[in-house]
Amino acid sequence: MSTLAANAPGAAGGGLADVAASEATLRRFLHGLPGVDQVGLESRAATLGTRSIKTTAKAFAIDLAISMIDLTTLEGADTVGKVRSLCAKGLSPDPSDRSTPRVAAICVYPDMVATAKEALRGSGVQVASVATAFPSGRAGLPVKLADTAEAVAAGADEIDMVIDRGAFLSGRYLEVFETIGAVKAACERPDGTSAHLKVIFETGELQTYDNVRRASWLAMIAGADFIKTSTGKVAVNATPPVTLLMLEAVRDFRAATGVQIGVKPAGGIRTTKDAMKYLVMVNETLGDDWLSPHWFRFGASSLLNDLLMQRQKLSTGRYSGPDYVTVD
Amino acid sequence: MAKTKKTETGTGTGTEQPVRKGSLFEYAPAPESPAAAGEIATGYGHFIGGEFVDSSGSEALKTVNPATEQVLAEFAQGTGEDVDRAVAAARKAFADWSALPGSERAKYLFRIARIIQERSRELAVLESIDNGKPIRETRDVDLPLVAAHFFYYAGWADKLDFAGYGPNPRPLGVAAQVIPWNFPLLMLAWKVAPALATGNTVVLKPAETTPLTALRFAEICRQAGLPKGVVNIVTGDGRTGAALTAHPDVNKVAFTGSTPVGRAIAKQLAGTRKKLSLELGGKAANIVFDDAPLDQAVEGIVNGIFFNQGHVCCAGSRLLVQESVQDELLDALKRRMGTLRVGDPLDKNTDVGAINSAEQLARITELAAAGEQEGAERWAPECELPGAGYWFRPTLFTGVSQAHRIAREEIFGPVLSVLTFRTPAEAVEKANNTPYGLSAGIWTEKGSRILWMANRLRAGVVWANTFNKFDPTSPFGGYKESGYGREGGRHGLEAYLDV
Repeated sequence: MSTLAANAPGAAGGGLADVAASEATLRRFLHGLPGVDQVGLESRAATLGTRSIKTTAKAFAIDLAISMIDLTTLEGADTVGKVRSLCAKGLSPDPSDRSTPRVAAICVYPDMVATAKEALRGSGVQVASVATAFPSGRAGLPVKLADTAEAVAAGADEIDMVIDRGAFLSGRYLEVFETIGAVKAACERPDGTSAHLKVIFETGELQTYDNVRRASWLAMIAGADFIKTSTGKVAVNATPPVTLLMLEAVRDFRAATGVQIGVKPAGGIRTTKDAMKYLVMVNETLGDDWLSPHWFRFGASSLLNDLLMQRQKLSTGRYSGPDYVTVD
Repeated sequence: MAKTKKTETGTGTGTEQPVRKGSLFEYAPAPESPAAAGEIATGYGHFIGGEFVDSSGSEALKTVNPATEQVLAEFAQGTGEDVDRAVAAARKAFADWSALPGSERAKYLFRIARIIQERSRELAVLESIDNGKPIRETRDVDLPLVAAHFFYYAGWADKLDFAGYGPNPRPLGVAAQVIPWNFPLLMLAWKVAPALATGNTVVLKPAETTPLTALRFAEICRQAGLPKGVVNIVTGDGRTGAALTAHPDVNKVAFTGSTPVGRAIAKQLAGTRKKLSLELGGKAANIVFDDAPLDQAVEGIVNGIFFNQGHVCCAGSRLLVQESVQDELLDALKRRMGTLRVGDPLDKNTDVGAINSAEQLARITELAAAGEQEGAERWAPECELPGAGYWFRPTLFTGVSQAHRIAREEIFGPVLSVLTFRTPAEAVEKANNTPYGLSAGIWTEKGSRILWMANRLRAGVVWANTFNKFDPTSPFGGYKESGYGREGGRHGLEAYLDV
């Protein structure tokens, strides 16, 4: 990204804000990023998926994966009781083994933030809230900002926003850029601190890998703290190639600006084996710097139980079964 | 063993590079069981006329595991008399085999292909032990391709009338085949499958450092009920090979290996009526333009030169990078090389295995030293290498010019020479400026440039936005000192037909 390095004096946004001076400069910049070869990207992701993770490495990866989970419930039928029990599970994923790490965050709709916040008080487990007319993103800016502000006011530590895919696909990059910036501003609290902003692309709807790379850079320049694949509400959610591509984008962004951005694949990651593959990708693409819940998350609801069953298998040598983990 | 830890200073004096720290997520060993290779006998004879027979001579060679230097087995040094017997057996079998309807020959080939699939784990482990290449490659690349070649040519056996060589093309007779050590079983498949499909019988000599999978393949021929004498295997070193290619009763010679030996065979056969195909060395250019998909280009470069420890005749051993993206690309390449895991070939997470022999290691070492003496800058990631066995770090030379030995001679090891260019015309000129012409790679997002380049590159295979991809349907072979004749695809049939 030599063009970028030349443009970027260091700070996030910073020098890169120039590229968003107009629709034309922003388009030129995003379309000047190196292309993505589909065959090559997919074959690299597949190769990394063949790593064989055993014994101590597996134990390490399982605990790491648990600590990176954004334990999620995003149903129309969510109730206060359900959110509370999910929080309890996040705090103590395996009641039979207190050495099990806590999850990173509990992810809920804005109206459930206060409930989750209370249930998690003092635990260090974050409350994440999907705002901005999740999952479609089809609402006016004032609605999105109000949605965000409400969640932040209710105590959300992290905001997962969706971009307007319609605007992105029709080439209105500046509109997407400005929306992200506005939501980022809405994440600020009265005390001057700010909720962490995760920007969701819905990569299944962006269709091409080139679009995913452009969306990644667009969001990072606009001030995202995290970039996230998907909402979990469409047919195609996180895939290994898309995640690999986003990992490469945050790597290049840090090289160009010195700013480190987190990555969150979400949706469809259900098994320990899947989670291992993602961790291997992080390990071999970004290394230690990103191997922490601060920089990598799994957006998942059913993954946790499989991790817990594998964890029990490692410690006891036997498979237990679904009745040995909780159903929340 | 596999992981890169800072124990030694790198062999290079290159600039500061982000070599992977790699400590948090350390992969535990994931070794494949050597027992899966099945029983390895202490001594082997030849496979002649459908039987395992003793050599007529008493000389025996040893094959070692390059990763441990342990002797795996003794095998016979084939004598002139052994070669006579094998050729006679093939000649005897030829009459019946060539007279079979193609559909019948196809059944045997399909059967062999299926047995290879069924026994693929065994063969992959055995190949890895005998050759030193990582199990990941034998399991995921070699064995699937071996089976695919037999399946593919089985499909041709009853369709030869429609291959474009006229109605009812005739087989040549007895084919003498001499294969190298870099892909022992795959090279066997490339040669044996089309020969049998077209109705020839074969005498094959595997390389003297890697005879075990060929001998195991002999068992598979028996298991498939292949008529006796259709496939014969004689082991030994170059002397055995020379006796085989010189044998007056062979009709066809197929050789894959070094250019000097290929040249000697060509001389030996000049004036005889034997048909000859040669697949020799290479010094491929992997050309990266400034608009290339960079991340994938880096993977392609790594796959081009570090796949199979660089023991690949079509390896992309010369990286030609457009000057404007040189720094960016080299940074990315060095970072990626820092993640290559060098070590135990039987560990499923190993990316780069052992060098095949002490002799080959000495040659790589010598050429790399020459690179430094000539003024190129050497760089290699810091990584711990096992104590025993033959190992060489994945190595990069920058500041290489066309005049350097490392830009001209085939190193046949994990050593990449980096040159730069400014215009497409210069890239073509430099890429073609080599005595070889086996393969080339082009990396650019511009389709028209790919076609423009491909038309001008004098190489048998030109890959675009990929490298080292093989398929039985695709012909493979060289220009200039990389040999002549084609293997694979419909073109590969011609080498075994009287056309």
